[in-house]
Amino acid sequence: MYMYDEIDQSLVDERVIQFRDQVNRRMTGELSEDEFKPLRLMNGVYLQLHAYMLRVAIPYGTLSSEQMRKLAWIAKKYDRNYGHFTTRQNLQFNWPKLEDLPDILAELASVQMHALQTSGNCIRNVTADQFAGVAADEVVDPRIYAEIIRQWSTLHPEFTYLPRKFKIAVTGSEIDRAAVRFHDIGLIAKRNGAGELGFEVIIGGGLGRTPFVGPTIRDFLPERHLLSYLEAALRVYNQLGRRDNMYKARIKIQVHETGAETFTEMVEAEWAQIRDTAVDLAAGEKQRIADFFRPPRYRASADAEAQLRLQLRDDRNFARWVETNVAPHKVTGYRIANISLKPIGGIPGDASSEQMDAVAALADRFSFSEIRVTHEQNLVLPHVRADDLYALWQTLKSYDLDTPNLGEISDMIACPGMDYCALANARSIPVAQQISERFADLDRQHNIGELKLKISGCINACGHHHAGHIGILGVDRKGEEYYQITLGGSGAEDASVGDIVGPAFPYDKVVDAVETLVDTYLDIRTDGERFLDTYRRVGKTPFKEALYGTD
Amino acid sequence: MALIKNREITEDHWVRIDDESAVPAEGGAIVSIARWRKDRAVLAGRNAPIGVELESGDGPEVVADDIVRLDLIAVPFATFRDGRGYSTARLLRERYGFTGELRAVGNVLRDQLPLMERCGFDSFEYAGRTDAAKALKAFRDISAVYQTAADRRASAAALRNHPSKAFSNGTCG
Repeated sequence: MYMYDEIDQSLVDERVIQFRDQVNRRMTGELSEDEFKPLRLMNGVYLQLHAYMLRVAIPYGTLSSEQMRKLAWIAKKYDRNYGHFTTRQNLQFNWPKLEDLPDILAELASVQMHALQTSGNCIRNVTADQFAGVAADEVVDPRIYAEIIRQWSTLHPEFTYLPRKFKIAVTGSEIDRAAVRFHDIGLIAKRNGAGELGFEVIIGGGLGRTPFVGPTIRDFLPERHLLSYLEAALRVYNQLGRRDNMYKARIKIQVHETGAETFTEMVEAEWAQIRDTAVDLAAGEKQRIADFFRPPRYRASADAEAQLRLQLRDDRNFARWVETNVAPHKVTGYRIANISLKPIGGIPGDASSEQMDAVAALADRFSFSEIRVTHEQNLVLPHVRADDLYALWQTLKSYDLDTPNLGEISDMIACPGMDYCALANARSIPVAQQISERFADLDRQHNIGELKLKISGCINACGHHHAGHIGILGVDRKGEEYYQITLGGSGAEDASVGDIVGPAFPYDKVVDAVETLVDTYLDIRTDGERFLDTYRRVGKTPFKEALYGTD
Repeated sequence: MALIKNREITEDHWVRIDDESAVPAEGGAIVSIARWRKDRAVLAGRNAPIGVELESGDGPEVVADDIVRLDLIAVPFATFRDGRGYSTARLLRERYGFTGELRAVGNVLRDQLPLMERCGFDSFEYAGRTDAAKALKAFRDISAVYQTAADRRASAAALRNHPSKAFSNGTCG
């Protein structure tokens, strides 16, 4: 993991002092709310429906056990004993007091964490593949570049007051676990014919009220030019992005209206001017950062696999958990263990202080003290020895962290919705809970197979509904909650935006509708077909007929 | 309103001349970009410092041909949330080589001062409610910088590669 040096540490420490002063100036009226708002947002502080909310950055989803313990402690001391892991690898505290926030930021700084740029019209916390460094299929550990981008984007003087927020995601693998095509900029590491490392650059993807799958504007950017290219793209956006209408201010709208080709030319022209200046990192600094992401000292035992096979044979429940929640590791004898934060009937992404402490202890015992956070709101222990999985699973059980549902229908993404959010039109959490309860039977879920269900409580699409195999969007219809259903979206390497299937359903009918869709799929699927595959093969009609009848 | 220049509160020796008024023969005068376009020959021939105030949204290219003739360029911030002026400033300094006074005008508040300075502004028509003398502290809020910018401060990466350089922004350790 990356470790701060005195420079990194001074920045987060001074930032706490600066924020404390800003809060004081707000309290005395020296700063108006209008002036204070962007300042607090750039420290992750939102004003929600009932209280302030603090969004803590977990850069590229990597956490140490010590950092996790600190999050648990903050939840216990300053909040209501839980935190909420978000779709951008952040953690939200829902009930902090404004006057406590500087102290909370100081607690975070003491473990090399911060809430910088988790909100506001700036370059947001950069995200990455949660399997970085351990995925068998990856070209390079994307966290090296995510950390380089984190530093470059932190308090960037030119790009702190952009037209709108700006999100960057990086993956080192062809299998897209980071939804790169739905980001303002998505980067896919790859090698060219000569074996050199570089990035495919995608610009202008996004969800929200106008979803776009981002176009590739450059097939191969040599990795040494990463920062100059990003700087060029951001500069073009900063100069031309709309300032008069916040709904049209995202880069996706600009790329769409300008045309990807013309937009590319503008970025390339700007890049030509700065590509050989000091913007790009010196090789020495890049190597310094890369060295932090060296693999741990694995100690695979010769009979680890044999022992796991025995345990799988003897315990059916364990075998089911391994089948759904455990992924292959690039090192023989190791596995990647996913920890579901979607217990049946629970709130997607929530974890109690006790659960966070338990995961920290398990990371110390089984995963070189390292934890990952996923954009699908789950946790990961990235380096578990095959013969440790059984002991890990047994402990997870006692904390209700053993739900074997990864990638299945109850492993939903849901935004906080009207239970917390000032922007929401409808509740998301209770809908998620009811769907989860309806499909509580794990055999049934497992038979359904991979099904990404995503719920947003408003058009801003924090729950990624456009990218759901089944997407649910809460809308307000004359003061009543209605839910519009989309089908066929995907946030993976086969990214697509879902199609609206028909008229919206009222709150008490939406779970039935989801069940009808699933049953329809089960009736017409062919062997090995996921819900998404079936939908792509047969289209909307059978689903529509099942929901609304044939006339 | 106070004028901050090179991190000090100072007297403003420039006067703004509206488009209808005559430009005095002596002393620094700031005119609008429209006026400058109209009367460029006369204004440039004047034997006194001349400055131009851009309009919101103007990029540096509008004064590209006048860089050597101008002693001051004022870049407006209609609201502190409109960040276009940051790019304009960097380009004027780093690409067009403007070495005169680069002045931030409009909704210029305390917490944006250090960002503006990093982008190349050296003077500020400060409009915040915080007392100007106290607002100067803003320049020293954060010691480290991660990027190269118009202020040429050594970035964290540069310091790490040349550890002999003291880690300091010149005013606080």
